[in-house]
Order: sequence, then C-alpha cells, then structure tokens
Amino acid sequence: MGFGIYISLRIFNIPDITTDGSYTLGAAVTASLLTQGIALPLVVLIVMGAGALAGACTGIIHTRFKIQPLLAGILVMTSLYSVNLNIMGRSNLPLLGVENAAGMFRFLPSIQTQWLLLLLVIIIFLVAFLSWFLKTDFGVSMRATGNSELMVRALGVNTQNMKVIGLAMANALTSVSGFLVCQFQQFSDINMGIGIVIFGLGSVMMGEAFISILKAPSILKRLLGVVLGCVVFRLIVAVALDLGINPNWLKAVTAVIVLLVVGIPNLKKSSI
Amino acid sequence: MKMLDIEQLTKYFNRGTPSEVVALDHVSLAMEEKEFLVIIGSNGSGKTTLLNLIAGNHFADAGSLSIQNIDVTSQPDYARSKWIARVFQDPLKGTAPDLSILENFRLASLRTKSKSLRTGINQLFRKRVQELVSVLNLGLENKLDTLVGKLSGGQRQALTLLMATMDQPKLLLLDEPTAALDPRSSAVVMELANRIITVQQLTAILVTHNLKQALDYGSRLIMMDSGQIKRDFQQIEKSTLQLADMQQWFYESAAV
Ligand SMILES: Nc1ncnc2c1ncn2[C@@H]1O[C@H](COP(=O)(O)OP(=O)(O)OP(=O)(O)O)[C@@H](O)[C@H]1O
Ligand SMILES: [Mg+2]
Repeated sequence: MGFGIYISLRIFNIPDITTDGSYTLGAAVTASLLTQGIALPLVVLIVMGAGALAGACTGIIHTRFKIQPLLAGILVMTSLYSVNLNIMGRSNLPLLGVENAAGMFRFLPSIQTQWLLLLLVIIIFLVAFLSWFLKTDFGVSMRATGNSELMVRALGVNTQNMKVIGLAMANALTSVSGFLVCQFQQFSDINMGIGIVIFGLGSVMMGEAFISILKAPSILKRLLGVVLGCVVFRLIVAVALDLGINPNWLKAVTAVIVLLVVGIPNLKKSSI
Repeated sequence: MKMLDIEQLTKYFNRGTPSEVVALDHVSLAMEEKEFLVIIGSNGSGKTTLLNLIAGNHFADAGSLSIQNIDVTSQPDYARSKWIARVFQDPLKGTAPDLSILENFRLASLRTKSKSLRTGINQLFRKRVQELVSVLNLGLENKLDTLVGKLSGGQRQALTLLMATMDQPKLLLLDEPTAALDPRSSAVVMELANRIITVQQLTAILVTHNLKQALDYGSRLIMMDSGQIKRDFQQIEKSTLQLADMQQWFYESAAV
C-alpha cells in the first residue's frame, strides 16, 4: 500500500483518499471469492482489477468532471463503502479454514515465517517492478505529470489519461495490500480501511525524510525509503500502543504521528 | 506553404462577468516558414495569450488557427506538440523539478513521439545530452543526474531552450525567455536561441520587453496593444527602426 500512496502522492501531488475504500475493497473481494472457493491466483487478478477500476473512477471524476482530487476521492471512497458491503453481504466476513497466500511456503515451520517470506518476495518483486517501470519513458512522463503538468502537456503527454492510469495503478496496489491483510487477519471488515490513507501518507513521508539525507536519490533508493518508512511507521505505532495507549485511540495516535513527521520540519524552517 | 495561419482569433477572459477582458481582439496573422517573428507590446497587451492560443493551452472563443495548412483550432496542447516547442515566460514551468536533467531531456526528446515502456535513457542518450548541455558553458554537463529543482532559474531557462530545440520543432515559441535572467545569462541564452534558430532554420516567435533584443534579432516585428496587432514590420523596414521610435510607440499607446 505504501507504494500505492507513493505513486498518487509523489507522482501526482494528490493524497488519494480512494485508498481507504480500495483497501477494504481488496479485502472484501478476497474474502468473498475465497469463501466461494475461487483459486488464489485468480483472486489476486480480480482484486487488482477491482482496485484499478476504483482508482480509474477517481481519476475520471477528477479529470473529466473537473472535480478537485480530494473530493473525487471522497466520492469514490463513500460509494465503495456500499459496494464493499454488497460484495461481502454483511459487515464482517471471516476467512476460517480457507487456504491463504502464505500457504505457498508451507515448507517453512511457522505461520510467521511463511508470511515473512511472502511479504519479502512481494516487496522485492514490487520494488524491482516499480524501479524498472518508473524509469521507462512512460514512467518518466508519469512522474513529470505531478511535477510540472504544463511542461509535460507541452511535450505531448495527455496528462488526464496519465492521471487516470496512475490512480488505477496506485489503487490496484492498495487493494492487493487489502488482499494480504484480509488473509493475514483471516477476516474482512467493512471498517478496516478507515484512516488507512493516513497510515500510508505517514509511511511515505517518513521514508522521504530518510531519503532526503541523500543528495540525488535514485528511484531504487526512494522506493526502498518507502519500504523503510512503512516499517518504521508501523514500529512507532506499535511502540505507542506498547506504552499503554488505549487501542481505541489508535487512529488519533497515527494522525498525530503523521502531523509530527510532516509538521516538525516546517516548524523549524519557519523559525529561521 | 504557410507555417502558421491565424484568422480573426478572439479570446475573452471571464466572459459575461463584470471583469470581462478581451485578451485577443480579432487577431489575424500569417507566418511563412523560417520566419523569425518578434512581438513587443506593453503588459497585458495579449502577447502571452496569443502564444497560449497558438500552443493550445486555451481555446479561442472565435476565429481559427492552422499550422502547415492543418486546422488545429480545436486540438489540445498535447496534440499540437507535434509541431510546437515552447519556452515559457516563467522559468520554473519549462522543466520538472523532481526529475534529473537527463530525465527532463529524455521527455523533451519524445515531444513528437509516444512514451512507451522502453528505458530510453542509455549511454548513447547521455552522451548526446552531455554534448548539448556543454554548449552552455555552465558546467552542467557533469551534473546530468542532478535534480533540476536544485538549479537556478537562469540555468533552468537555458536548459528549457535546449530541450525545446533538440529535435527541430516546426514552430518555436519563446515567451520572454530572458526576462528572469541576469544580463550575462540573458545574453548567453539569447545568442544561443538566435544561433539555433538560424542554424536549424526554425520558424520562431519571440516575445520580449527588451527593445534592443527586438531590434537585434528576428526577421519581422509586430507590436501588440489591447489584444490587437497595431504595427507590423517586415525585415527591410525593421532594419531601419530606431530604439527611440519604439519607445515612442509605448508612450503613444499608453496615452490612448
Ligand atoms: N488566465 C487568465 N484569466 C483571466 N484573465 C487573464 C488570464 N490570462 C490573461 N488574462 C488577461 O488578458 C490580458 C492579456 O494578458 P497577457 O498575459 O496575454 O499579457 P502579456 O502581453 O503577455 O503581458 P506581460 O507583458 O505582462 O506578460 C490581460 O488583461 C490579463 O489580465
Ligand atoms: Mg506575458
């Protein structure tokens, strides 16, 4: 999911709220298809397709109807709530006794190591894929779109289509993370996506903070920075909970941490 | 063949509201191939609007526009990039700050081509950009992986000019390319622009407030005022113009 947010935020300059919905969408689709006995590889594809569709909707609402990206995201996120509810048929769908993705690595002794290996494989794959993709001519134009729209249009890029494609990619990635989390926790819940966009934002910004120490970071290093950001952000939240903060305050705590990560450097700057 | 043919082009801003402006008022203008047109005119006279309409950033409210006899009146900017390359009035607009110099050039080299899933930045391309950039004598040829956002406005404007001309555009639009530059960089960029235009025999439009530039460069001069073309000099008449004449026009138009 970190990568999804990375694409939409850095590449398009839009914090994409659709994320909240497409994350749950990924989980909802996964839970309902798996309980119906559909094979995992097929499920992944459908999940990605569904996420991409959600992202494309946001993109189209934003570019064709000229609605601000934030509002476009909220519109899609809100309607996804109903979509998700209908996909699952109820607000919480358990996944007990169903084969999950980590089962691929059954030869490993414990469930934890199986998941660890799965995540590692996925992360390596995504980092490799994205660092290739973002360096292709198409990828470079996509990165430039959020950066200097007037220029890329003058260089012959249809930035509206580019935004739709980018948002579709970003939300496909997000829904895959819903797919994974749903299997990891063995249930899908209609509310699981609430505030997840903040989580992603925090991770990406944290990653950027690490990377900003480097002078001219390559794409690869930036992507690794996002991975690192995600892990560290998780850890910070875990530590906060460990320190005895009531789990009911979890979302507020995440929001505050994001505020700290984003805000403190600005405070310093303005005081000079 | 006419490179550019503009007929009765009209553009309003905020039409139908109290703040309505006629930014372009029935402008007609034809340009031959290889013509180097210089446009002067006071602030708000419609120079940038004219370029924006030619490039397709805005659509005209009336009138038509064709490039090489193809009617492009309703084509968007990214479609017109087949013919047109631009240097913007704002030096920050012509480059993408979070991309490296090399990546910016890569995009520019694809202005008329499709952006495919190829990794187009290879050693050969790097060499080519290195040679292009070394012409500037700014030492940038050894910093091709630097993010463009870390460069000064002048450096970025100079790069934009190189990017715009790297694949022989049919029509080059320069909107006050040197307005944000110090006198030295300004001279460097203007000399370079002139050299490229002459050597590559480009059709070009230069907007400038620098009357000396307007005298020294170009093969035709027009002056705009209140969204209209008020004066038009071909090469021969242009060469007889004096700085003082031109200054006089500005006071005349202000007095009206
Ligand atoms: N996007 C816009 N919205 C509303 N009015 C605009 C817009 N762009 C230009 N105008 C108006 O159109 C008129 C022409 O502006 P334009 O930018 O073409 O002038 P210019 O000749 O380029 O001036 P300058 O020398 O200052 O660059 C001005 O009155 C300006 O206020
Ligand atoms: Mg202007």
